[in-house]
Amino acid sequence: MINDSNSHRQFTIRIFILIVLVIFVLQLFNLQIIHDYGELADGNALLRRTLYAPRGLIYDRNGELLVYNHPTYDLMVTKRELRQAKKAGNPLDTAEFCRTLSITPEEFEQRMRDVERRIGYSSRTPQRFMTQITPEEYAVLQEKLHRFPGFTIQTRTLRSYSYPVGAHALGSIGEVSKRMIERDSCYRQGDYAGVSGIEKAYEKDLRGQNGVEIMLRDVSGRVQGHYKGGAYDVPAVAGKNLTLTLDHRLQAVAEQLLQGKRGSIVAIEPATGEVLALASNPTWNPELLVGRQRSENYAMLLNDPTKPLLNRAIQGVYSPGSTFKTLQALVCLQEGGITEQTLFACNGPGSQPIRCTHHHGSPVSLAGAIEQSCNPYFWQAYKVTLERGGYGDGNANFKANYDRWRNDAISFGLGPKFDDSDIIDQVHGGIPRVVTYDRIYGPTGWRALTIRSNAIGQGEVQVTPLQLANMAAAIANDGVWITPHLNRADSLLKRRHKTNVDAAHFAAVKEGMWRVCEYGTGRWYKLDSIAMCGKTGTVDNSHGKPHSLFIGFAPKDNPKIAVAVVIENAGFGATWANPIASLVLEQYLCGEIRRKDLFDRMSNAVTAPDVKKY
Amino acid sequence: MSKNTNILRYLDWPMVLMYLMLVLFGWLNVYGASHDIDQTSIFDFAYFSGKQLLWIATAVGLAGIVLLIDARAFQSFSMLLYAGMLLLLLITMVVAPDVHGSRSWLKMGPISIQPAEFSKFITALAVANVMGQYGFKLNSPTNYFKVCLLLLLPMLIIILQKETGSALVYVSFMLMLFREGLPGLIPFAALCCVVLFVVVIRFGASPFAGVASASMGLVIAFVLILLVAFALFLKYRSPKVPVKWLIYGVLSVIAGAVGLHLTGWVPVNFVYVLLGVLAAMVVYTIVFGVRMRCPKLWLVVAFVVLGVAYCYSADYLFAHVLQPHQQARIEILLGMKDDPGGAGYNVQQAKIAIGSGGLFGKGFLNGTQTTLKFVPEQHTDFIFCTVGEEYGFVGALLVLVLYTLFLFRLITLAERQREAFARIYGYCVVGIFLFHVMVNVGMVIGLMPVIGIPLPFFSYGGSSLWSFTILLFIFLRLDIAQKQRAH
Repeated sequence: MINDSNSHRQFTIRIFILIVLVIFVLQLFNLQIIHDYGELADGNALLRRTLYAPRGLIYDRNGELLVYNHPTYDLMVTKRELRQAKKAGNPLDTAEFCRTLSITPEEFEQRMRDVERRIGYSSRTPQRFMTQITPEEYAVLQEKLHRFPGFTIQTRTLRSYSYPVGAHALGSIGEVSKRMIERDSCYRQGDYAGVSGIEKAYEKDLRGQNGVEIMLRDVSGRVQGHYKGGAYDVPAVAGKNLTLTLDHRLQAVAEQLLQGKRGSIVAIEPATGEVLALASNPTWNPELLVGRQRSENYAMLLNDPTKPLLNRAIQGVYSPGSTFKTLQALVCLQEGGITEQTLFACNGPGSQPIRCTHHHGSPVSLAGAIEQSCNPYFWQAYKVTLERGGYGDGNANFKANYDRWRNDAISFGLGPKFDDSDIIDQVHGGIPRVVTYDRIYGPTGWRALTIRSNAIGQGEVQVTPLQLANMAAAIANDGVWITPHLNRADSLLKRRHKTNVDAAHFAAVKEGMWRVCEYGTGRWYKLDSIAMCGKTGTVDNSHGKPHSLFIGFAPKDNPKIAVAVVIENAGFGATWANPIASLVLEQYLCGEIRRKDLFDRMSNAVTAPDVKKY
Repeated sequence: MSKNTNILRYLDWPMVLMYLMLVLFGWLNVYGASHDIDQTSIFDFAYFSGKQLLWIATAVGLAGIVLLIDARAFQSFSMLLYAGMLLLLLITMVVAPDVHGSRSWLKMGPISIQPAEFSKFITALAVANVMGQYGFKLNSPTNYFKVCLLLLLPMLIIILQKETGSALVYVSFMLMLFREGLPGLIPFAALCCVVLFVVVIRFGASPFAGVASASMGLVIAFVLILLVAFALFLKYRSPKVPVKWLIYGVLSVIAGAVGLHLTGWVPVNFVYVLLGVLAAMVVYTIVFGVRMRCPKLWLVVAFVVLGVAYCYSADYLFAHVLQPHQQARIEILLGMKDDPGGAGYNVQQAKIAIGSGGLFGKGFLNGTQTTLKFVPEQHTDFIFCTVGEEYGFVGALLVLVLYTLFLFRLITLAERQREAFARIYGYCVVGIFLFHVMVNVGMVIGLMPVIGIPLPFFSYGGSSLWSFTILLFIFLRLDIAQKQRAH
C-alpha cells in the first residue's frame, strides 16, 4: 500500500495546528504582556471572603416569633501569615493570646494541630481556629487582634429560641458533612445547615444565599481593600422567613402534659391538614443544641437510654389498639359486612375467640359497640366482612376481601409514611399485605380467625401517632384528609385525599365516638360546653404496662382540631391519654386551660421515672 | 542482532525525548501547583507531586511493556479489546459510585481508575482496524455507518456516565476521518455550526437598528450565511448560471432597506429583510440550478435552509438542551456574564494567574496565585496556570511550541507508514492529543468554555497519564515494526 491520494490533506491539518498555536500565543501575549494586571502582579492576590446570609426566621401560626438569630464570631487563623510574621521578627505572643481567649497553652497547641488535620486545610487561607466566640469575648479580642498576626474574625449567626418548646419539630442546625459539601456546591467546610426537623426540610429556603467580598491583598497578606472598588462583591441575601402551622401555646401545653412520661401528642386542624402541635417526650430545650456546647449536649442526648432524640410522634410505631375500632367500623360499613343497624351478641368476658373487657348489654349495635369498645362486636364485623362470599378457591375470594379491607384502611393514611409532607424523617407504619401472610402461614394456611387480632387493632397493624391523628382528622372530615404539614404557606397546595369510605357512613361512627366521651370509657373527661368525639385504646405490649392511647376531635359538628395521644407503658387509655387529649382540646378551643386541677394532676404525674428533663 | 536491540534502534527517539520533556516538566508543575510550605520534598508521597512520580515511573514501565508486544497483536486483538471495553464501560456505568453526579470511576481497593480514559486508544485501534482493511474507502453509506457506529457507541455510554468532557474527545476522530477522505464540507459545516451558535447566543439579546424584535445575533448570522452561501454558489455554479443578477438583486434590496431605515419613516426589521434576501437567493438558485442542469447548486439551497433553521433553534438548544452549569460556562466565556464570585471564578483566577506571570514568570514555586488553593482543579485541569504564572509568557510559549513539534512529528511518522492501519491509528493519536491540548489550554486562557479534560502528560492523575502513554507508545511500536520490515 503506497501513499494514498489524500496525503496532501496533512498540510491542511498542519496549517490548522499552526493557526491554533498562533491564536493561543496571541491570547497569552494579550494576557501576560499587554493586559494590565498591575494591581494584581507582584504577588498580589485576591481574597475571597464569604458574607454569611442571615438564616430565615421561623414564626408560629399566630405570627409569634419562635426562632431567630444572634451573632457569633469565629476566630480564624492563616498559618502561613503566622510563620511569615515569625520570620519577620514579630512572633505571636502565645501567652498573651491564651490569656485573652482564656485557654491553656496545651489547648492552643491542640487546636493548632486540629486545624492542620482538617480536610481541605491550606496554610494560605483562613482556617477556623475557635468557633462561636461570645460577643463579650469578641469585644476583648477585637482590641488586641492587631497584635495577633495571622488571626482574623469571621462573623456568623446562631439560632435562638423564644420558647423552650418544639425541639423535635423545629430541628437544629449543625456543621455540614463531607457528603453535603460534595452534593451541593453552596456549602464549604465549616458551614452550618439544618440537620433535622423544619431546619432540614426547609434548608434551601431558610439558608438564603451567601454573598462574597473579593478583597485585594498585598505580599504580606494584609487586606488592601475591595477589588475594583467592590464591583465584583455580591451582597448576602437573607433566607426566607417561615410561618409554621404550630400553635406555640398548644405545643407548650402538650409538652407540659407529657412531662415525666414517654409518649407523644399530635394535633391537626382537620380542614387544612395543618399540624397544630407535634410533641414528643422525653425532649430537650432547643437552646441546648446551639453553639459550642452542641456536640457535648448532642452526645448526652444520644446516650440517654430513654432516647430523647427519637421523635416518637413520627418515629414511634405502635399498635393502634381499640382506637382502630373506629376505622374498622367504617371499613366494615363500606364493604357491606355490617349496616348501622347490625346487632351482634356479646358474652362479656366469656366471649370467644376474643373476650370483652367491659360489661354491657347484649346484643350491641355499632354506636354502642364503639361506646363500650366491645371486642366481640368488632371481631364478628371483621369476620363477616372478610368472609363475605365465602373463602373461594384457594381462599382467593377471602384474600380479595382482605386486600380491599387493607386498601380501605390505607386510604386513611395508615401504612406508608406521608411522602408529600414536609415533616421529615417519618417512619412507615404497616398493614401486612396478602403475600406477607402467605409467607408466614402458607398460601391457604390463614383465615379470618388466624388474623383476628387485627379486628381490635392488636395484630400486625402498626401506626405512628402522626398517622393516628391524621386518621382522626379524616373521620372528623367525613372521609377527606389533607397531607399533614408544618409550613402554613403550603396549606392550599397540599394534596387532598379522599378515603375509600363514603361520607354517609361517618355519622354513625361519629355518634359512637361522641358516646364514648359522653357515656363510655371517656365520660370523666368530657369538655363542659363542647361536644367531643373520641376513642380510647389500651395496647398490650412486651415492655411492661399497656400503652395508653386516645384519638379524638372536637367539636362534634364542624371539628376544629383532631388529636392523637400515646403514653407509653402508662396503663388504661381512659386513665392517661384520654384526659391529656381532653386538656389539649380545651387549650386549643377555649384558648386556655380551665380545669387547672386536672392539668396540674396530669402534668405532674410520672409514668416513666427514668425520663429526664433537659 | 537480537529483537530487543532492534526495537531500541528503530524507536523514534525524538518522539521519546519530547515525551519525557513534557512529562517531567509537567511533574515540576504539579509540584508547583500543589506544594505547601509544610511539604519538605518533591518526592513526598503524601502529596500530589510524590504520587505523580509514582504514576510516571509506572507509565514508563507500561511504555516498555507496550514496546515488547508484537506489533501485529494490536491489529489482531483490536476488535476483542473493543468489545471488552464496551462491556467495561457499561459495567462502570452501573456499579460506579456517584461522584459529583458522574458515574465513571471504578474503585479497586485504594486505586480508582476511569475506564473512559482507556477507551480512547482502544477505539482508535478498532476504527483503524476496520478502516485499514484492504479496499476500504470512505465513500459508501455502509462504510460510513460502520465507522460512525464504532465511534458513537463508546461516546454514548460515556455521555450516560455523565462525563461530557471525556465524550467530547471523540469529536477528535474527525481529524483522522478528514485525512482519510471525509469531504471537507463536513468539518466546514461543523465549524459553521459553532460560529453561528456563538453569534446567535452572544448577540441574541441586543436589538439591531433600534427594532426591539430584530435580534442582532440573527442579523449577523444571516449576513454570514449569505456570504458563505454566495461563496458556495460561486464555487459550484457552472459557467452558464448567471451571477450578476443575483449580486444586483441582493445589493439593491439591502440598499433599499438601509435607505428606508435612514429616512426614518418606518422602522425596518433587518431580520425580515435578510430572510427575504435569503429566500430570494434560494429561489434564484433553484430556478437556474434546474434550468442549467447544475445539481451541485442544491448544496447552496440546503446550506441556506438548514443554516436559517439552525439559527432559530440555537436559542432553544442553549436554553433547553444544555444544563445550567454548561450555560453558565458558555455565557462566561462569551463575556455575557461576569461572575468572579461564582461559576466564572476558576476562569477569572486562571486568567489572573497567567496574566500575573508576565514575560519571564515568577520562577519555580514562587507563584502565589496558583497556590492559593481557590481553584480546586489547579493540579489537574488547570495545570497550565502554573506554567503561565511561574514561567511566564516565554515558558508558556515554549510548552505550546513543544506540543506543536510533538504533533508535527506525529503527523510525519503517520505519513511514513506504509500500512493503512498504522497510518489511521497515527492520525487518531494526532487528533486526540490535538483536541486535549486545544481544549484544555483554550479553557485555561479563556478561549474555550470550561470542559474538564486533562492536559496530556501535564495534568496530575494516573489514569490519564497511563492512557496517553499507551496511546503514544502503541503508535511508536507500529512505527518500529514498519522500519523492521523495511530493513
